[in-house]
Amino acid sequence: MSFWTRHQVFEKNSIILVVGILLVIAIGGLVEITPLFYLKSTIEKVDGVRPYTPLELAGRNVYVREGCYLCHSQMVRPLRDEVERYGHFSLAAESMFDHPFQWGSKRTGPDLARVGAKYSDDWHVTHLTNPRAIVPQSVMPGYPFLSANEVDPDAIADHMRTLRTVGVPYTHEQIASAGADLKAQADPDNAGIDAFTKRYAKAVVRNFDGKTGTPTEMDALIAYLQMLGTLVDFKIYNEKANLR
Amino acid sequence: MSQPSISKSMTIGESGLAVVFAVTAFLCVIASAKALDAPFAFHAALSAAASLAAVFFIVNRYFERPAALPPQEINGRPNYNMGPIKFSAFMAMFWGIAGFLVGLIIASQLAWPALNFDLPWISFGRLRPLHTSAVIFAFGGNVLIATSFYVVQKSCRARLAGDLAPWFVVVGYNFFILIAGTGYLLGVTQSKEYAEPEWYADLWLTIVWVVYLLVFLATIFKRKEPHIFVANWFYLAFIVTIAVLHLGNNPALPVSVFGSKSYIAWGGIQDAMFQWWYGHNAVGFFLTAGFLAIMYYFIPKRAERPVYSYRLSIIHFWALIFLYIWAGPHHLHYTALPDWTQTLGMTFSIMLWMPSWGGMINGLMTLSGAWDKLRTDPVLRMLVVSVAFYGMSTFEGPMMSIKVVNSLSHYTDWTIGHVHSGALGWVGFVSFGALYCLVPWAWNRKGLYSLKLVNWHFWIATLGIVLYISAMWVSGILQGLMWRAYTSLGFLEYSFIETVEAMHPFYIIRAAGGGLFLIGALIMAYNLWMTVRVGEQEVQMPVALQPAE
Repeated sequence: MSFWTRHQVFEKNSIILVVGILLVIAIGGLVEITPLFYLKSTIEKVDGVRPYTPLELAGRNVYVREGCYLCHSQMVRPLRDEVERYGHFSLAAESMFDHPFQWGSKRTGPDLARVGAKYSDDWHVTHLTNPRAIVPQSVMPGYPFLSANEVDPDAIADHMRTLRTVGVPYTHEQIASAGADLKAQADPDNAGIDAFTKRYAKAVVRNFDGKTGTPTEMDALIAYLQMLGTLVDFKIYNEKANLR
Repeated sequence: MSQPSISKSMTIGESGLAVVFAVTAFLCVIASAKALDAPFAFHAALSAAASLAAVFFIVNRYFERPAALPPQEINGRPNYNMGPIKFSAFMAMFWGIAGFLVGLIIASQLAWPALNFDLPWISFGRLRPLHTSAVIFAFGGNVLIATSFYVVQKSCRARLAGDLAPWFVVVGYNFFILIAGTGYLLGVTQSKEYAEPEWYADLWLTIVWVVYLLVFLATIFKRKEPHIFVANWFYLAFIVTIAVLHLGNNPALPVSVFGSKSYIAWGGIQDAMFQWWYGHNAVGFFLTAGFLAIMYYFIPKRAERPVYSYRLSIIHFWALIFLYIWAGPHHLHYTALPDWTQTLGMTFSIMLWMPSWGGMINGLMTLSGAWDKLRTDPVLRMLVVSVAFYGMSTFEGPMMSIKVVNSLSHYTDWTIGHVHSGALGWVGFVSFGALYCLVPWAWNRKGLYSLKLVNWHFWIATLGIVLYISAMWVSGILQGLMWRAYTSLGFLEYSFIETVEAMHPFYIIRAAGGGLFLIGALIMAYNLWMTVRVGEQEVQMPVALQPAE
């Protein structure tokens, strides 16, 4: 029996054909994806990476909602020009708590993986409200409505609980104080700041949008942007130990 | 076919589905009342209304229909079920125009950002998923469902399985599109490219898709032909694999069952790998395998020639589906994804060139002995040019997956150009060609209203594609080179914004190309509309049909 005659078993039996298809398409995915869950070298060992603060998380959700990832990557490649333009190339560890990841696939605007602390809060407020007020050639949409939308401090704990279920190591304490922490991070006069900064290393406390009252989505988004890429201290990062 | 002796009663499917939808409507009303956010409340209310409408239509249909269900055969000929196909074909045309229009809008927004109007609902970040989903899943998906339901019936010489089930598939699928699309405008997204719909839309799609698979398989079970025709292998691979990809990429945990927001189970690097395993194979199985099935049925039919090589189609099929699945990591070159995964992805992407071109050759060579028809039949020309575009973009793809090439092309418009040479040239044209064939067949018309208009559509759209992809090639390569340009003193030569500014003329040319493509589609819609409205009825041939190849 030739190969071509043998093949008729697939052509005459739909269930065998379906099983054949399933087996053939399973191989590639299994080989490429499953090792990423157990190979220890996949994610570098790094100090400093922590889960997002409640305000940063709320800001990240705005980033996701508005589809920022469609024009901004968060993944600096280890190429000379990128490292000089944006900073140290991105590590896998830096996005290990990202559900979903925001590496992006297009740079209509610049990479944002290390945008944190590069510009002032004022710059961000003006730029997000009207990008062309600061960068005349920009093609970015304006987001003036972010300043008008308040973030609900009571809702964020449920989000953190959900993230903990999918693997982000939020502590009970962090979840219990989520609402208070969200308000504290945008209010330098808040009494809870010391406790908050103990819970989240390197978290920046500022009145990001410059307005008093309940934090807005503008506060949240800027808090998120200002922390991007700032958690790992590359002066003490051991490159050699993580070669792979 | 009145048979008064049979007493009329509801089938289990009718009564069961009516009850299920009634319960669903009730649950959706509760969900709408308890909703945590406005978009979820809107979607729950929409679902409640749709469920009630479904109950009404099922019951109404029962009262209107004769006691006996439609027969499987009439006078020894299969009694093909064309209703769901007509619905899907109509929706394909509708969503196609909507999707092309949104594409034109976002292309214009990139050229003239004032067009965002500082409004959340129509800003680029929300419209872009609307564009991609509308053209891929709404237009492409409806073309695939319509053609697959047609091809599987004809090539199996059996009536589509199920009575309500095919209707559930076509209407349910379009309801998914409605939920997904309105969700994007309201800011409901899980931000995974081409898998943006949130958890409840994903769940609904899963149900619809399983029914789709069952209808398709059950029709194959009933076939009168010993062999399953090659187009059906590709349709099956498309349906089965999309189900696997959808489930693999979308396991998300909602924050509340009464809210739209969810968090994906996968994080960071694993999420990235799952996403592009999905993303690239949405290309491989939705936009390639499914449309290759169209190629394998519609080109031989239209050219009235058999498929060039049966053996080549076997090799094409298995090699294509085996190799495609590996190609995802080429979207993640030089990222934090481990090198071994990137290298595997690159290697298989390059190998993928071979089955892709094998398939192209099989499609093109089917015209052996009928090449003259390219001159006289613009529909066939459209189908054949689509295969040529397929060959072009499946050469470009492997080339761009090579890491050094990718270091230049990635993150630039070159990728957008590449995607659109495949999407407009291959998927668009093969869909147009298939619809030009399908509409007269499904509505029982002698032919199209006007071949001249098809010719106009062909040339206007081709010109649009050429403008689009050449603008994107130039802008992509230009920007990639500008990003890495150094001065003689060793400094980066251009600031980022200078590279954005350099894109402006190409964004205008691109928008013009997209506009031409849209005009072509409007001409097509008019032509198809007139075909259905004023086209001459085909006289039924009394002889039995020849078995399909």
